[in-house]
Amino acid sequence: MDRVLNFLASPAMKIVLLAAGILFPLVASSEYQIYVMALAFIWAIAVYGLNIITGYCGQLNLAHGGFFAIGAYAVGLLTVDYGWAFWPAFIAAGVIGAVLGFLVGIVSLRLKEHYFAIFTLCVGFIIYLLIEKWEELTHGTLGVISIAPPEGFGLVDFTETIPFYYLVLFFLVLAIWLISRISRSLVGRTFLAIRISDDLAQSLGINLMRNKVLAFVLSTTYAGLAGALLAGVVRFIGPDLAEITHTFDVITYLLVGGIGTLMGPLVGTLLITWITQAVQSFEEYRMIVFGPLLVVLVIFMPRGIVGTFLTWRGRRLASKAPAKQSASRVENKNSEEAGTHG
Amino acid sequence: MDVFLQQALNGLTLGSIYGLVALGLTLVYGILHVPNFAHGALYMVGAYVSYFIMVEHGLNYWVAMAGAGVVVAVLSVLCERLVFHPLRHAPPIHDKIAAIGILLFLEAVVQMHWGADFRRMPTPYTEIFHFGSLTLPAQRLLIIVGAFSLMGALHLYLKKTMTGSTIIAMAQNREGAFLVGIDANRVAMMTFAIAGFLAAVGATLFAPINLVYPAMGHLVIMKAFVIIILGGMGSIPGAIVGGLIIGFAEALGGYYLSGTYKDLIAFVLLVAILSIKPTGLFTKGVR
Repeated sequence: MDRVLNFLASPAMKIVLLAAGILFPLVASSEYQIYVMALAFIWAIAVYGLNIITGYCGQLNLAHGGFFAIGAYAVGLLTVDYGWAFWPAFIAAGVIGAVLGFLVGIVSLRLKEHYFAIFTLCVGFIIYLLIEKWEELTHGTLGVISIAPPEGFGLVDFTETIPFYYLVLFFLVLAIWLISRISRSLVGRTFLAIRISDDLAQSLGINLMRNKVLAFVLSTTYAGLAGALLAGVVRFIGPDLAEITHTFDVITYLLVGGIGTLMGPLVGTLLITWITQAVQSFEEYRMIVFGPLLVVLVIFMPRGIVGTFLTWRGRRLASKAPAKQSASRVENKNSEEAGTHG
Repeated sequence: MDVFLQQALNGLTLGSIYGLVALGLTLVYGILHVPNFAHGALYMVGAYVSYFIMVEHGLNYWVAMAGAGVVVAVLSVLCERLVFHPLRHAPPIHDKIAAIGILLFLEAVVQMHWGADFRRMPTPYTEIFHFGSLTLPAQRLLIIVGAFSLMGALHLYLKKTMTGSTIIAMAQNREGAFLVGIDANRVAMMTFAIAGFLAAVGATLFAPINLVYPAMGHLVIMKAFVIIILGGMGSIPGAIVGGLIIGFAEALGGYYLSGTYKDLIAFVLLVAILSIKPTGLFTKGVR
């Protein structure tokens, strides 16, 4: 039992997951399943972005879906209206996400807790209204059609599902790797310190504003790039992409998987995507189950699947630890792990 | 000038509805210290309950309003008991996420039962009054009079009755309130009931000149948030004044600046205010 637990939390598990990701198209029964998986990976990248600002840094950002839509629209409009190729537009989407994130961040992050959540809720709504009403720029409710797919440079064709799947998998792995680097670095520890207490962090000499803005810009860049990938595969986007429901979806994924953990966003996104897929008719009314699920989770299991697993494993190890090694040390170490590496 | 007065009158109508919704929100914030994102869903459910009683069962408008008030008050108390009470010691981010969960649930339930269509709710009062060149439909007059009488009643209740004073005491100082023997559970339930009632009555008043649909609460609740930030979270006069400010800004801005972007005005105002003064307009030091 302990071996299984240790294995699940070990680096080897990540290699197994990666192998599973690489082999998935071989075992998938239809191209549709591969397509769904690629979409889930794209959303997972967005959830990783939210995890930086909300999970690690503790600021509930309700504009995340808006930044996702901005990334998608950046690619859509640049390729369709301005004749850009996909890859330059993709990079532009990341840059636009970062710049807008910076601008919103320097204003919004001066606000604490509720004020920040409400402010970002309004920012998300402003983004939605602008996309819907500013017809000269965004085509309004018509949406953007026939967006350019990613160019394969003559090697592969990304309009095909399987190559696109591997492209998204590549970006997902890159996104997770980057986050694991950040969370182990001084910057990641700084974010955690801010989540635990603004005042404490400040008394340690942490520049709150600079670090919060950094976390916010990272998260909006993730959102922008994820949105750009979505535009590349779906190739049709409309203003509904910026609706607040997508932000709520992303929060649900994050919370189910485990907020502030490394593997939580992936676990949560994949689980809910496939549950939703399994009951197709359920799609429209999924919130009847997911709404109460969110409530039950925050009351009974606030750390989600991955967080609860790590805490449980930590307790188990602590209770079995030899007497000379103080149990509290192990507990500490594990809760730290749960917070950063996951 | 006439146009200006006409728009000001429209602003007063809007402002009194926003004020009612914001009042409930600010009361709950005073007790819970958490922005209740589910409040807009309660508003929406209020409109649907009225619609159900009045249109589908053919009962009187006032019966519908009272019925909606009671149903939503009970629903609001249930939210407090089942969700916010167990979370009272959790970090604030949990309350916010739980509130979002309630919002998603209520919207999905309503959408499952009634569908996503826009519905029209008739009003029994269809007369139109003329004052010089100003026109005032009876329903708008009803909104203004109804909203302000409710605000007055709430003010009297909070200032003159014992239970009202306990609510104020809890909002002012939690520990102090406990010390003098105030029952926190009772006050919390009472506050949620009042907030729910106000939201449902506000929705029933507003529904005949607006439409009834599952997402109708989104804009209203976001504007209510803008209002309580403007007026200071937890402040009752602030909610009323803030409601009027936003109402006027929307009516006048929508006419003189841009009709397409009139829903943006409140949010741009909020962004501008918070950029200059991160603590909100009337707050006392706390942020």
